[in-house]
Amino acid sequence: MTAISVRGLRKAYGPLEAVRGVDFDIEEGEVFGLLGPNGAGKTTTVEILEGYRSRDAGEVSVLGHDPQRPGRSFRERIGVVLQQAQLWPNLTVRETHSAFAGYYARPRDVDEVIELVGLTEKRDARVKTLSGGQKRRLDLGVALVGDPDLVFLDEPTTGFDPAARRAAWEMIRSLRSLGKTVLLTTHYLDEAEQLADRVAVMREGRIVRIGTPRELTTGGSEVEIRYHLDGEEVLLRTSEPTRELHRLTSEALARGEELDRLEVRRPTLEEVYLALMDEQSE
Amino acid sequence: MKLYLHQLRVEQLVYWRSREAAVFTFIFPLLLFVLLGSVYSGRIYGVPASQALLAALLAYGCAMVAFAGLAITLTLRREQAILKRLRATPLSPVVYISSVLTSTLLVFAAETVALFLLGRVVFGTPFPARVGSVILLVVLGAVCFAAMGVGLSGLIRSGEGSSAVVNLIVLPMAFLTGAFGPTHHYPRFLRAIGDVLPLKYLVDLSNAIYLHKHSFWSQGTSIGVLAAWGVAGVAVAAFKFRWEPRET
Repeated sequence: MTAISVRGLRKAYGPLEAVRGVDFDIEEGEVFGLLGPNGAGKTTTVEILEGYRSRDAGEVSVLGHDPQRPGRSFRERIGVVLQQAQLWPNLTVRETHSAFAGYYARPRDVDEVIELVGLTEKRDARVKTLSGGQKRRLDLGVALVGDPDLVFLDEPTTGFDPAARRAAWEMIRSLRSLGKTVLLTTHYLDEAEQLADRVAVMREGRIVRIGTPRELTTGGSEVEIRYHLDGEEVLLRTSEPTRELHRLTSEALARGEELDRLEVRRPTLEEVYLALMDEQSE
Repeated sequence: MKLYLHQLRVEQLVYWRSREAAVFTFIFPLLLFVLLGSVYSGRIYGVPASQALLAALLAYGCAMVAFAGLAITLTLRREQAILKRLRATPLSPVVYISSVLTSTLLVFAAETVALFLLGRVVFGTPFPARVGSVILLVVLGAVCFAAMGVGLSGLIRSGEGSSAVVNLIVLPMAFLTGAFGPTHHYPRFLRAIGDVLPLKYLVDLSNAIYLHKHSFWSQGTSIGVLAAWGVAGVAVAAFKFRWEPRET
């Protein structure tokens, strides 16, 4: 089953075209990452899907609903973690969860959710006393308390220290094991690589590449071999580097030549990503 | 209805938990009553000064709780994206706004009771003769000033600036309209300004009901002017109220 389907989505703010024709599908139970630099149109895309913004053109279906007319039954089934939202500073962790639980027809058990996001020890602490990482866990907790089928996470670890990021990643992985569909935006490559089943790379309002993190690294197992011949660089991409190297080196030995500036390397996701960012900026 | 009661409980919890808001809007009028009541003596408007102050500070309490309090908290919640976050839940805007307004009304009702109790204990002021009219005054005042508070929050841009802006409006308004004591000795142009401000008509209404024992419904002018200001607040709110932070 398809949880989210987007076709030809467009959105402009005045003269600024934030989203310029975006297509993708997200299957139920999938963790889908929207990756791209700031200003690529990720948040605009997600906020259209969440029901915050209208679209200028395109077809959008989220859990069978048109988010442009978000009804109560739509709100019942989504959970949202916004980039910069705060919660009431003077309520406790438990009171905050209970407040949100009350908005939903079939909420999860509040204490269970608090345990899931690892705030059991802080359940009676006021929100304003929580650390940044704990506040993000609270955001996730209140997003889960309504037992949604689909969870939107907008840059869930921006500004985290490495330990807090690891903890957040663990939690997002646990969403998958709960069977939730997750749409995650991030500008961190490693985050997309670690968490997402599939990644769409966005740039300047368009999706420039879509696939599993492995597919994105040029077909997965390909290796680059470079050397120079008569002053010209030769670049070979191969999935059989041993055989290819053997051929090259035996030929060179037979000719009694050195393979000038020989180099063998595998492109990282980062290089693929940066190359994508460069090649689009015409 | 269940959601409305749930959110009303949440609003009450949020209000009384926030010491800053509760002290600033709820305790401050009570404190002023005790302070001014100890300073003024003799008679004002032909009644003991403490009674006149009680009537005036009842109106001031309304301006603090319903107008200042709502304008500041709604602006802060908007800028902190709490409102935006709530929009993603099944809680509808109508239910949310109704529960916020009801919560404000409850706080102002509690403020009114506290003022009468405090006056009775500290200054020996009598309880109001026309309880029904006082209740109507509380409801009309809370609704009109809350509408203006919601409207004002739509005009304020930043969360940090909100309490400065609101104080800049409420404090002069209270001085000019007699909420801190009679204005008949003020220069004429200051009184002229006071005469167009909504708080003047709530003070008048409060004086008429508590000091002169008139019925609520006999005060057509005050009711009319207050209602007009309330409608103006609703109109501004309809155009300017936003659920999302200003910067996005």
